[in-house]
Amino acid sequence: MTLLDEIRTGDARTAGISTSHASAERAAPAILSPAPAVSIAGALNAALRDALAADSNVVVFGEDVGPLGGVFRITDALHAEFGEDRVWDSPLAESGIVGTAIGMAMYGLRPVIEMQFDAFSYPAFEQITSHLAKMRNRTKGRVTLPIVIRIPYAGGIGGVEHHSDSSEAYWTHTPGLTVVSPSNPADAYSMLREAIESDDPVIFLEPKSRYWAKDAVELPVHTAPMTRAVVLRAGTDVTLLAYGPTVKTALHAAELGAEEGLSVEVVDLRSLSPFDDETVGASVRKTSRAAVIHEAAQFGGYGAEVAARVTERQFFHLAAPVLRITGFDIPFPSPKLEEHYLPTAERVLAALDTWEW
Amino acid sequence: MSNDVLVPAPPTLPTHKPIRLIDETGRAVTGTQTAGFRMPDTDTLLSLYRRMVLARRFEAQVTALTRQGRLATYPSALGQEACEIASVAALAQQDWLFPTYRDTIALLTRGVSPVEILSFFRGDWHTGFDPHAHRISPQSTPLATQALHAVGLATAAKLKQDDTVALTFLGDGSTSEGDAHEAFNFASVWQAPVVFVIQNNQYAISVPYSKQSRARTLADRAIGYGMPGYYVDGNDVAAMYAVVTAAVERARAGHGPTLIEGLTYRMEAHTNSDDPTRYRETSETAGWLDHDPIDRVEKHLDRAGALTTAVRASIAAEAEALATATRDAMNETPVLDPLEVFDHVYSAARPALLEQRAFLANELAHTDTREAGAA
Repeated sequence: MTLLDEIRTGDARTAGISTSHASAERAAPAILSPAPAVSIAGALNAALRDALAADSNVVVFGEDVGPLGGVFRITDALHAEFGEDRVWDSPLAESGIVGTAIGMAMYGLRPVIEMQFDAFSYPAFEQITSHLAKMRNRTKGRVTLPIVIRIPYAGGIGGVEHHSDSSEAYWTHTPGLTVVSPSNPADAYSMLREAIESDDPVIFLEPKSRYWAKDAVELPVHTAPMTRAVVLRAGTDVTLLAYGPTVKTALHAAELGAEEGLSVEVVDLRSLSPFDDETVGASVRKTSRAAVIHEAAQFGGYGAEVAARVTERQFFHLAAPVLRITGFDIPFPSPKLEEHYLPTAERVLAALDTWEW
Repeated sequence: MSNDVLVPAPPTLPTHKPIRLIDETGRAVTGTQTAGFRMPDTDTLLSLYRRMVLARRFEAQVTALTRQGRLATYPSALGQEACEIASVAALAQQDWLFPTYRDTIALLTRGVSPVEILSFFRGDWHTGFDPHAHRISPQSTPLATQALHAVGLATAAKLKQDDTVALTFLGDGSTSEGDAHEAFNFASVWQAPVVFVIQNNQYAISVPYSKQSRARTLADRAIGYGMPGYYVDGNDVAAMYAVVTAAVERARAGHGPTLIEGLTYRMEAHTNSDDPTRYRETSETAGWLDHDPIDRVEKHLDRAGALTTAVRASIAAEAEALATATRDAMNETPVLDPLEVFDHVYSAARPALLEQRAFLANELAHTDTREAGAA
């Protein structure tokens, strides 16, 4: 049984999903007791619960998000707590989910919808690119669409075909959308709350291979604004630019690099659109070298935009070309071969060696 | 979403003959073909007639302006006035309309000014009116996508326990799109207060109905979604009004969606860039003159003695005034601010867009300088 099978058959324990209820996670801590360990999945669940409680216009719907609590249990227990009119299962149709969310938002609701798996968002491509992204613009700001589309995305969980895509380049290439991806539980909570409060549509990419990564976090938590990048680890020799699932890869590479005497700075982009030129630029000016890491295929990918922006703006501070460490230009491979596709820390360090410093 | 009101769909398919209340000679239809729907009163028919005459005069003016190059394009609904006007007339003020690019006269009938409507076709901005002020969504160019928006809005209204109904137009071609299916299905499952009006004008640009669908009628599809469907003579404004009004009332009462097919005909080309002689015989189009929707209700009102010389003169004067106002407005050159293209993409300013805005501003400033220098 693959990890994905375990998730889909609901064996949360073996799948590593936190079985503690968010209410326990949110319980007031005893004085001086350490903050509880919270997973990204748990933090997202808590963010949805708190958003539903804070604003009666927030609704959650999509495939299997009701009594089941979502295939990844991100909406666990919300249906029971908030009822059928706030959290409900939709028919199985992604264009319908996005299209009806648009109409709901026109009437004042703030829908948070789930695409279940990355590649399952493609049937909704027209609604997202032709309507969701453009409605504000075509109506001169008279119609706003405060909709969050949660997309469990990318690989690393042994998913079968169509369950491991990285679709960020499609969304970031679409003006009108905000595209963000958290990499840790604190950001997962804070960024989702901020995304739900945003008056603009937000594509919220959840790195599914990191759903069960835990940190000690006291919720609710407010981290940096979701449109800003954050320096997670300071260094002087090279800047690694990562987001979502590859942040862990970058931090791992930084540790391995340190063993070799390399001082690696890791920037978690957090927001893919808008791009935080300021934070990235400051880092690159300090280190003179930059590499971007993502799981999506390289050609025409998001890394190309990052490399171009950094080159255009920091050319005279750069000592070497901006590198891309990415997936190959192939459809995402089968579960037993994905380890050969996904960027690793070793692959990152090998790429940095091509600079010959 | 709770489906607390579950009303069983009618057990039979829609009637094979389209529902009619007035025939081509203007006489009231009796018997099974009325499907139990009652003739609207004379005042209502007079009001519908007046709005149809205004709409036709408006479109004639706009088509002329398009041929003069004042508008980028215009998809005429000549011949479809009964479907358009009856549907809008059946709505209450709090209801929402989700139109397609061809449903301009529906906007006009709902009170949007010609300039606000036509700025879209003139090319000033994608939507020239305030959707919230008029409760009309932007005219949708992608096919059937707006039907899902209608379902969503109606569902939100239901959740808020408002008595708002959403009506969306679809064309025969757009029923082949996946979003049409999803909209019908979502609306029925959620028992959303929605009315789907399919204007079957027989052509999707150049493709005739026979190559679009093998369904006997598009109204037949309703039963497969678990909602009532009605097959209506779309050139009979009385029948369209009676059926759409019943569907709106049904939705408002909490009994869910209805699918209505109005059988009609697009007399003009798809748009001014289309050549209909390549795909249909002119004799076919001419044959539909006998089914003209305005002519039919005019005969009926004449028989009833409602169309006095004074009434005719009043409507004619109103139509000419509308055409004149439209012509005058469209002959003015709009003042557009190129920099506004950056202003409505996001709710808050973005550094990258501000940079591009400054770039264009600088370019415009230099263009002005060069032009001034050349002059």
